[in-house]
Amino acid sequence: MDIKPKIEIRDLNFFYGPKQALRNINVVCADRRVTAIIGPSGCGKSTFIRTLNRMNDVIAGARTEGEILLDGVNINSPQVDVVELRKNVGMVFQKPNPFPKSIFDNVAYGLRINNGRNRAEIEDIVEQSLIEAALWDEVKDRLKDNAFSLSGGQQQRLCIARALAVKPEVILFDEPCSAIDPIATAKIEDLIMKLKKDYTVVIVTHNMQQAARVSDFTAFMMLGDLIEFDKTEKIFTNPANKLTEDYITGRFG
Amino acid sequence: MKKKKVVEFIAFFLLRVCLYTVLAVLLVFLIDIGRKGGGAITWEFLSQPPRRGMTEGGIFPAIMGTFLVTMVTAILAIPLGMFAAIYLNEYAKQSRLTRIIRLSIRNLSGVPSIVYGLFGVILFVNILRFGTSILSAGLTLGLLTLPWTITASEEALKTIPNSYREGSLALGATKWQAIRTNVLPYAVPGMLTGTVLGLARAAGETAPILFTGAAFYLPYLPKSLSDQFMALPYHLYIMATQHHAIQQVRPLAYGTALVLIALVLGLNMTAIVVRYRLRRKRRW
Repeated sequence: MDIKPKIEIRDLNFFYGPKQALRNINVVCADRRVTAIIGPSGCGKSTFIRTLNRMNDVIAGARTEGEILLDGVNINSPQVDVVELRKNVGMVFQKPNPFPKSIFDNVAYGLRINNGRNRAEIEDIVEQSLIEAALWDEVKDRLKDNAFSLSGGQQQRLCIARALAVKPEVILFDEPCSAIDPIATAKIEDLIMKLKKDYTVVIVTHNMQQAARVSDFTAFMMLGDLIEFDKTEKIFTNPANKLTEDYITGRFG
Repeated sequence: MKKKKVVEFIAFFLLRVCLYTVLAVLLVFLIDIGRKGGGAITWEFLSQPPRRGMTEGGIFPAIMGTFLVTMVTAILAIPLGMFAAIYLNEYAKQSRLTRIIRLSIRNLSGVPSIVYGLFGVILFVNILRFGTSILSAGLTLGLLTLPWTITASEEALKTIPNSYREGSLALGATKWQAIRTNVLPYAVPGMLTGTVLGLARAAGETAPILFTGAAFYLPYLPKSLSDQFMALPYHLYIMATQHHAIQQVRPLAYGTALVLIALVLGLNMTAIVVRYRLRRKRRW
């Protein structure tokens, strides 16, 4: 199987006002593979992943330098519509953030705001998305219930279904399992491994075992710098950099 | 150990005394007005205009006047306050300018109401030529209410978790879509609660309507927004201090006070009940 690049990040620098949060990041996220970003707290993992769907745009004083090419197009160029970009690059957040609506309405949300679909189509896509997110069997009889009635792990899978419903090509996971228990985490990891058949996945995690289990490529970051980026196997068995080795063997972090 | 407990007991005791003092004052006040004004409350009092130099009859024009002027106030203050709050909280960059604007709004709520009254005379009555009318008085009260409405609406918007906005944006919503579909539906009830409290305060104000439209005595109801009107707080002021037969009309004055208090309390209770219901329903 040949590997195509989906997102190419070239010399990315990112600033919060005068403070530089990311320095010269060069990473390639392969098409239909899982790229994991690991590193100690405050290393810029979340900032990095949020540059990929321009979620940082909403932060006052934020500034991006360098290129982020999605299928060869710089997502920060003025021609790119950020709304279209975010439909293409979905995101699942650290804490499950279902909307205070019914389960059905949560998944349908992205379809409704982007309109142009009739009821039957929406029902179809909601069902497909819930099946894809491995949640359908648990909720098919209670689609009208409030999403808050679900458990934390189910809520996170609902958020995944919600992201899938708008048919993105890339899905970003920002520490998706940090607020849920180990069994629910295992389900989400299974899901991520299934999703990579159809989607390019980027996942930020502070759980190294998780990165080792689910990803094909791993980037190790520290204090805004990319220390090492390679195949996951290589990073976890034979890292080139001493810092990477110290981190994955638990000497710090 | 012992000493700590004694201190604890004294502290609690003092706090409790403070609370009961406040409650007692309110209670005495309500009972006094209820006792002295209760007798005046009859169907005639509520449904008839004053008669014989306001020594007999009712306060119906004042009730209607206060109702109408509060409507004008609501029509100005609710949309303007809400949209200003949406802009400040959701769109405006957090800069020195917005901080100054926010500070000014907070300060406006401390401006004495008579100043609003004089401002209303200059702007609405004279410059805009609305005359002394329901419109002028309602708009003046609207300005007085705006700082409250804006502040309360902003607080309501702040209680909506940011994850609703981000979750929405991440699905390809525009900023306005995110606000309209995923922020406002959960914030509007809270915004309305704050607004109703502001309206209740406006309904009880005298100074802002004194020069802008309230009439000493009108035997008929206003026919349009450009008419003068009678209002409960102003009527009460006249009955209590300006009437030629103050002793004689005292029961009527207490009756007016009772109606005004009931009206304001009623509005406040509505707001509190709405807020209570919402808090129970809220899941975040």
